[in-house]
Formats: sequence, structure tokens, C-alpha cells
Amino acid sequence: MMDGTEQTHWTKDERQAAVKDSEGYVTADGRQIGGVLMELRNITLRFGGVVAIKDISFDIREGEIRAIIGPNGAGKSSMLNIISGFYTPSEGELWYKGSKRPPMKPYEVARMGVARTFQNIALFEGMSVLDNVMTGRLTHMKAGLAAQALWWGKARDEEIANREVVEKVIDFLEIQSIRKTPVGRLPYGLKKRVELARALAAEPSILLLDEPMAGMNVEEKEDMSRFILDVNDEFGTTICLIEHDMGVVMDLSDRVVVMDYGKKIGDGPPDEVRANQDVIDAYLGVAH
Amino acid sequence: MGGDNLAYMSEGAEGLRSIPALLQRNATRFGTRPAYREKEFGIWQSWSWAEAEAEIEAFALGLLNLGVERGDYVAVIGRNRPTLYWSMVAAQMCGAVPVPLYQDAAAEEMEYALQHCGARFVIAADQEQVDKVIDIQDALHQFEHMIYVDPRGMRKYDHRRLHEYSHIQDQGRAAYDEFIGELTARRESLGYDDTCVMLYTSGTTGKPKGVVLSNRNIIETAKNSAAFDKLGPGEEVLAYLPMAWVGDFIFSIGQAYWTGFCVNCPESAETMMTDLREIAPSYYFAPPRVFETQLTQIMIRMEDAGALKRRMFHHFMAHAREVGPKILDGKPVGLMDRLKYALGSGLVYGPLKNTLGFSNVRVGYTAGEAIGPEIFDFYRALGINLKQLYGQTEASVFITQQPDNEVRPDTVGVPSPGVEIRIAENGEVFYRSPGVFVEYYKNADSTADTKDPEGWVATGDAGFFEEDTGHLRIIDRAKDVGKMADGALFAPKYVENKLKFFPNILEAVVFGADRDRCTAFINIDLTAVGNWAERNNIAYASYQELAGHPKVLETIRGHVEEVNASVAEDEMLSGCQIHRFLVLHKELDADDGELTRTRKVRRKIIAEKFNDLVTALYDGSDSIYTETEVTYEDGRKGKIRATLAIMDAKTVPAAPPAMAAE
Repeated sequence: MMDGTEQTHWTKDERQAAVKDSEGYVTADGRQIGGVLMELRNITLRFGGVVAIKDISFDIREGEIRAIIGPNGAGKSSMLNIISGFYTPSEGELWYKGSKRPPMKPYEVARMGVARTFQNIALFEGMSVLDNVMTGRLTHMKAGLAAQALWWGKARDEEIANREVVEKVIDFLEIQSIRKTPVGRLPYGLKKRVELARALAAEPSILLLDEPMAGMNVEEKEDMSRFILDVNDEFGTTICLIEHDMGVVMDLSDRVVVMDYGKKIGDGPPDEVRANQDVIDAYLGVAH
Repeated sequence: MGGDNLAYMSEGAEGLRSIPALLQRNATRFGTRPAYREKEFGIWQSWSWAEAEAEIEAFALGLLNLGVERGDYVAVIGRNRPTLYWSMVAAQMCGAVPVPLYQDAAAEEMEYALQHCGARFVIAADQEQVDKVIDIQDALHQFEHMIYVDPRGMRKYDHRRLHEYSHIQDQGRAAYDEFIGELTARRESLGYDDTCVMLYTSGTTGKPKGVVLSNRNIIETAKNSAAFDKLGPGEEVLAYLPMAWVGDFIFSIGQAYWTGFCVNCPESAETMMTDLREIAPSYYFAPPRVFETQLTQIMIRMEDAGALKRRMFHHFMAHAREVGPKILDGKPVGLMDRLKYALGSGLVYGPLKNTLGFSNVRVGYTAGEAIGPEIFDFYRALGINLKQLYGQTEASVFITQQPDNEVRPDTVGVPSPGVEIRIAENGEVFYRSPGVFVEYYKNADSTADTKDPEGWVATGDAGFFEEDTGHLRIIDRAKDVGKMADGALFAPKYVENKLKFFPNILEAVVFGADRDRCTAFINIDLTAVGNWAERNNIAYASYQELAGHPKVLETIRGHVEEVNASVAEDEMLSGCQIHRFLVLHKELDADDGELTRTRKVRRKIIAEKFNDLVTALYDGSDSIYTETEVTYEDGRKGKIRATLAIMDAKTVPAAPPAMAAE
């Protein structure tokens, strides 16, 4: 497995060479994982004097479920915000689909195939489930405002095509019965599912899930786990998730990055990470 | 719709002797009319009869390609979907017998049926059903191939014996030239006495039995019942009841193929109510509990509505209860009342029916258990032609049904066309009809027990005909009907049902066989009584405390006395009035063995378990201390201790020399 922690600077040739010899791997349940889709190299993030993330490097491979775990305040969400373009790293490089990504606005990142859900649900409460999921298609709509308002010509065809994608997602996540329900009236667990639907509707290459199971009961967690696995299995979507529930993380993910105080303290398959002494210390707590 | 379609409908169907033959007739006669609709991806997808025939034929060819032989059993498991209905007809085309199974059955229950019929092929709707069959496949010696409809999650399965529905169709189309001759020959050789379908009855006692129904059973029944209600090709039905249930087979295949009407399948079980509203069926069936739930929802939502709307609703509903059923039955109603009803239709009944999806219902049925008279009257008051029928799997559903304009909540109607009924000396109802089943599969003993050589079938229910109307009334299961000490008829369920119609009463158990008078155990409904307590500022800490509250006991006493008054009106059953009762300190529960899983009371077990309470009901004591063992949901056991008050209830003297009141 590739591990970039030792190396501090990469030339383009070195990077390409690294991708070439990384033909991927086969997971325990027999799934073929492809080459590197996204790579974070020596990322550091500072807010004034506070260092939120300190020199972290890891990669996300095509088709895998990659988890980022760590105690509260470890910098997990900041890391996700860097991937989604919300923060620009103070130092370091982000490589995506074989080229270096310049600093971008989040909507530009979304257009490049990165979709996400939020830790605190960020849906339009007054809009129906269907309309919320349709907003996930925004990056795929090209017709102008006037054409859309008049429901005319290309705008119409485009909306029908988009609706079809959305309906497939609704069917996939089994939320047909709440299609027309305003999101504000839904229970928490279903709102989470609607958020996932909106992210999926964007047909992303990488799906970022920020604590998809937070606040859920056991049954809702089981449902959500099944959907995450199914998304990965059916659409081949690469998933990067942050989660606190260790049981879920260990069951779902192929590889896990462990963060503590802004640093990476472990990286590898769940079993390997579980046995890592630094990780155990971070979770059980040792004097710093 | 309806009457004018009558001639049109049977045209060309006479003399057709199988479902596939009717399919051919429909494809030529109603080629472009919709045969099936299913909501998928938010849109109603539809198939005309001609398209349906093409789909079915392709699948049937695929089945031949897979090696389906004449007389094979093909199990079909899943929710109502066009593909699964097509699977059944395709199996028939191949000369095989479709066996629909309950989709919510556990794997072990399925194992019994699959093993019993020796199914070589299983058609499953999705991964969930496929997993169940895979779990048990080692025990199934004859099982060879499984076909699934929904490919989701199936990619990594071992596909040596597993096939996708659409692939089977593709293979069938590719092998058209090779197999069409064979398929045509098999289709044409189907006779009236060949098996049409085999259905497993749920079986309250012992193992389920495979009821074999012939083409004659299904087609004759469909023909008679369609004529009875003047069903035509313009009907719309929503197929949402289990496919393994005989009613669904008769409605969605028998009658649909006979008359050529359209079968609509909901998007999912959860969207059923929305889909119902969108389809607005003209012909509708639901068990009583569906109507009950809907009514409760309406009432709760009306409580939340604005004051004006609420008052309007209650005002016009009171009027509708008075004149609605009369208008529906064509009885004389004054002009002013009619005008007010018309106004109510515009303001209340119409919008309400629209919300419920009942705007177009021309014929609606309920059956299966007793329906509360006020629930029944509510729907009839709205102008919905809701009727009752009485049926069984063994009869291909119809034994009796209520004709239009002769509808009452307490009878099950007159014998269906072609059905003869006889009441045995002990009150048990026997019937004979063209729909009477052929046999229980591989169970000659049970067949002989149920059906005599002349074709009379025992229903196991006790009932009698009303002399003035000719309507049949079912009073109870024959084995539960007994005699009281003075020889009067004792029908516990009849009284229990009357009690259960009160929202405050969840369950009731009446005792009285071989005794001089009747007594009862009552379970309160925690939701209804709890709601009442909340509104009246009555604090309670537990079910037990609420159940023993003096005000609750008084309310229940009121209900019991009302029931007594109503029972007294019936001279045959007036002896069943309840003299003393108690409200149980715990809810009767299937986990404690007091109810069956389908929530029927096991009166024998209850009588033994609460023997001390029964004794107290008869020995005149005012209260009784008792300890009861209960099983918690996690399997642990505990004890409940309580002192229960025993209540006396007023009884009404009946006209004939029955019991004297206390």
C-alpha cells in the first residue's frame, strides 16, 4: 500500500510513477479497488496561530470506502472541508484525477464531482424532499434562468432528464413515500437519508459523508450502513466518511485514517488500525 | 362504467377454459386498453393487454428454455408487481402450476410450502426474498432455479442457479422459433379441470394446506361474481393485498382476465395510500382494519382542523349518517334532506372521498372479520357503496355477498350466484359451488374431512339465515359455539365483537359455556383510554393503574350495558348478555401465549391461566387478588400482582323466556 507520510515533496514524475505502480488492491470481501483518485499531500491548515491540521498526507482510491476517524477536535471536519473546497490549505497540495487542484470555490469543486453531506443537516426545511434532492442536480443544469422560468425548450428536456436521475435515487434510497413531504416534517433519520439522496443526485465521483450516523438509533444506523454499502456497490461511488461510531467504521470502511490533534497517527485497514498503539492511546487518553 | 359493459365484457370469453386463453382474448379485443399499471420512478408506467401478452409470452418462452415441464410447481414470492402476475400466467402457459407465497413469511415457513409442493422453480421479487430461499435451499430437494426481478444488490451472487427476470425474457425472445410451437401446444391443451393455481392457507391449526383450484373454479367464480356486481373492462383496481391470498388471485387475475379490467400496482407498501388516491379505483377491497385506521386518521386530523372546518365536518357528517345510506339504497328521502346532502357533497363528502381515494368507488367490499357498524355506516354515509362478503380460499372466495341496496353491517349477504348453502343441525354453514376447491394437495385425509363426496364443504363457521331477508349471519366459529346450562345458544365471539367495536375496548373474552350466565374479561385500549385520561386530567403511572381506575371501570360498565341491550334484541342470542365482568390488569399478549400471532384470543389457554379470576366472576366476590406471570420482550419473565374489582352489569330481559335479569 502506498504511504506518503515519509516523503515531504513530490515531483510530478514521481507522483505519476507512484500511481502507475499502484494498480489497486482487492478487499477482504472481494471488491477490486482501483488507482488513486484523490491525494492529499502534506496538508497543513492554520487559523491564525492555531494549527488545525499539521502536515497530513493520504490518498483515496477509486471505489473504496475511506474513513477518517479521531477524537473530538482532531481536525476531521476541517479535512473534509479542505477536500470539498470550503477551506484552502495553508500548505500542501491536493491532487485529483491525476492533476493538481488549484484553490477553488466549493461550487467549482462540486462541479468536478465531489458531493457531500453535513454533520448538522443542511436541507431546505420548507421545500419538499423531491425539490431538495433536485437541488443536487444544480451542477448539471445549464439552461438559463429565463428558459427555466418559462419551462421551455432545452430547459424542459434538461429538467425531465434530471428528474429521472433524481427519481432513481429516490427509488434507491426507498424514500418514495415522502417524495412530496416538506423536509421540516420529517424525523431526523429520514432527513439524513434525504441529505444523502441530494448528494447522490449529483452523481459524484467522490461522496463525502460528515458523520452520517450521528444521533441515530441502532436501526437507523443499520439502514444507513446498508445504503452506504449499496451506493458503493451499485454505483461504484468512492466514499470518504467521518464517523464516531467505531463499530460502524470498522465494518464499513476499507481503509481508515486516524487523526489526533491535527496529526495523522495511523492509516491502514481497520484491523491494522485497531491494533495500533497510538490509536489506542488517542482513544483511551494518555497525558499529552 | 358498469352495466352497459356487461355484454361487452363476456363477449368472446364464453368457452375459454384457461387464464392464458383469456389473455389471448383480451390482447385481441382490448389490445390497446391498459391491462397493468405500476408506479415506478414517480410515474405510472402502463402496459396494454397486447403488451402484457408479449411480456408474458417472452417470459413463458424463457421458462421453457430453462426447462419448465408440464405439472411443475413454480413458487412466486413478492409484493404486488406486474412482473409477478405475469410470472404466474407465464407458468400457466407452460402447463406449470403457480404457487404464490406470502412475502412476509419467514424462511422456515417458506421451507414447508416449497418442500411440500416440490417447487422446481422460484420467482422472487428482490434480494430479500432471494436470501430467504438461499438460506433454505439445501433442504429443498427438487428446487433447481431461481429468478429474481429486482437486480439490486444481486451482482455478487453465485449465478449458476440464479437468473434475472429480464434475462430470462431476453433468452425467451431469442429462442422464439425453437419454443413457440411447444408453448402454443401447451397453452392450447389447458383444460377446464387442469390446476389453475395452488394457494397455501395460513392454517390456524397445524401445518398450512395447499388448496388446489382448477381453471373451472377460478373462471366460473370470476364470471359469476363479475356479473353479480356488473364489473366491466372499465374498472380500475389497486392490487395491494398479498398475492398469496385467494382474494387477490380472484380480483387481480380471475376477474381482471375475465372482464379485461386494469390492475394497478402501488410503488411500495408505504405509498399505498397516495397511490390509491391517484388511481381512485372503481372496485375496491379492504379488510375492516384498513377502514378503521383510515377513519381514525380522519378523526384525528379533523380534531386538528380549524374551528369552522371542524364544525362543518361534524354538522354535515351527522346529516350524512342520517340520510346517506338511505340515498345510497334508493330509499325515499325528503327533498330538503336531499338538497342538504348535495350541499354536503360539495363541501365535505366529495373532498373527503377524494382524499381517501374513494371518489370513483362503485363497488367496495370488506370481509375477513366483523366490521364495526359505525365504521361501516360512516363510509356508506359518504355515499361509498361498501358491502360485505363472506368467503374462503376453499370456495375461490365467494360464498355469500351483499347485493346493492341490501347492505347491512350485521349480515354477510345472500348466497353468491351458483352457490348453494345448507345449515347443519349444530348451526355450521356448508356450501357447494362451482368454485369449490379440487383438493388439498397431498392431503387426502383433510380433503375428505372438509369436503364430502357430494361436494359440500364445511366452513367451520356457525350461522343462520334471517327469515325475512334471506341474508346469512355468521355468529362464530362453529367449534366455539356452545350451549349454556339452560340450553340457550352461546356465541362468545358475537358478543366480543360487539364489545370491541368500542374504541376503549381492545380485547374481550366472554365465558359462559355450560354455565348459567355469561361473564367477561376486558382489556382496555391504552391509546384510547390514555387519551381520554389526558383530556380529563386523570393521572396514571401504569397500564395496571389506568385499567383499575374507578372512572374507567364505570365507562366500561356503560359499554357492557349497551352491548347487553343490543344482544337482548336478538332472541336467539339474548342469553349471552354479560352479567359480571372485570378489566384485566395486563394486556393479553401473543408472547404470553394468550393470543395467536394474528391476534385471535386463545380462550382455552386464557380460561386455564386465569382460572382464579373466572372462579371469582361466578362466586359472587367483589374483588380478587391475583398474581400473573408475564414474559417481557427480551424473553425475561416477571410477575404482576393486582387486586381486581369485579363489576356487575345490568342486563335486559329478553322477549322469549330466556334468562331472567339479576
